[in-house]
Amino acid sequence: MDADPRAERSLAPEPYEEHYVHHVYDKIASHFSATRYKPWPIVHKFLSDLSPGAVGVDIGCGNGKYLNVNTDIFIVGSDRCKHLVEIAKGHSVTQDTITSDILCPPQRSHRFDFALSIAVIHHLSSAARRIEAISSILGLLKPAGEAKALLYVWALEQKTSRRGWDEGSAQDVLVPWVLSKQFAESKKGEPHGAADAVEPIFRYYHLYKNGELEENVRSAGGRVLDSGYEKDNWWAVVEREPRSE
Amino acid sequence: MKLLTANFLSCAVKSCKSSPAAFPLHFRDAELASTSVPYNPVLLTNLLPRLDWPALVTSSKELGFTLPDSKPTFPALTRPSDGGEVTPALGEEQETALRTLHRVLMETEVVEGKMVCGSCGFEYGIHQSVANFLLPSHLV
Repeated sequence: MDADPRAERSLAPEPYEEHYVHHVYDKIASHFSATRYKPWPIVHKFLSDLSPGAVGVDIGCGNGKYLNVNTDIFIVGSDRCKHLVEIAKGHSVTQDTITSDILCPPQRSHRFDFALSIAVIHHLSSAARRIEAISSILGLLKPAGEAKALLYVWALEQKTSRRGWDEGSAQDVLVPWVLSKQFAESKKGEPHGAADAVEPIFRYYHLYKNGELEENVRSAGGRVLDSGYEKDNWWAVVEREPRSE
Repeated sequence: MKLLTANFLSCAVKSCKSSPAAFPLHFRDAELASTSVPYNPVLLTNLLPRLDWPALVTSSKELGFTLPDSKPTFPALTRPSDGGEVTPALGEEQETALRTLHRVLMETEVVEGKMVCGSCGFEYGIHQSVANFLLPSHLV
């Protein structure tokens, strides 16, 4: 059973995400990274189709599994989790990585040919913050027609997955991550038995329902060029809304 | 962090975004290292038009490199799909200039140090080659 996130929702979004997202990735970084190595086909194609010399961002780059798909482009990968950024930095010599927050990006506005944000936006704990995150990504892109972003979020509709959620299930959930012993940090002086009994760590997700990602993109001032469903996730290719002047 | 990356970053503080003084961030107390990166003339020649050259000259100077005052021009090289030679072939002088850029932009890493905003003065730390742009809560 997933824990009920509502019990803790008296917390403001920032401390809530600090506890149920940032802190979790800090703890599970090495284990998480060891399970994330295979690029998803749509992401692979998006990156492979870019022109040589294209410069982009990978917001929430995790362990950097997409940084080396196309070495004729340049990517500034970023993640909120320092441990994952360090792992990503070690994975790629051609690309670069920094530690930063999706809502306060140091990447320059309107300078990038493309953006990726894979499995990130669903970690923000209110609709307003998810829209703000998309708007923040769009703000890094060059104008419509010159640049696009690929966004991926976890889907509510995944009745064939082991989670078994489907239409009508709760959309705001805490999902357990069971840290395998190999990756659990045993603190100095802690009796051995304590490190063996590993508790699941809960991560917050907002599960997107059909059409919701597209709706969020429009609210953020973006235009959806293409979208779809792949393996328990909704994805969309988007650009900035052309200015009506 | 690569010198190339600095050309695409400014201060993360929202009120600095519109300030010309927030870009480029200024390197302070930088310790450099050279890493080996495969030379990729296709990437470099096609990326060059996207660089803010004056900012790059400033950043380079702070790290002890001298680049020409104006942006050098190269033909945009292409890689044939059959995996043959990259075209067009560069002359010797251009090849040397491009390899110098490769060394400065791609192979130079700031391992430790700071990047300082010229507008608000905030200092972003660089540690073990990774720059940290997370802001304290009062600046978010």
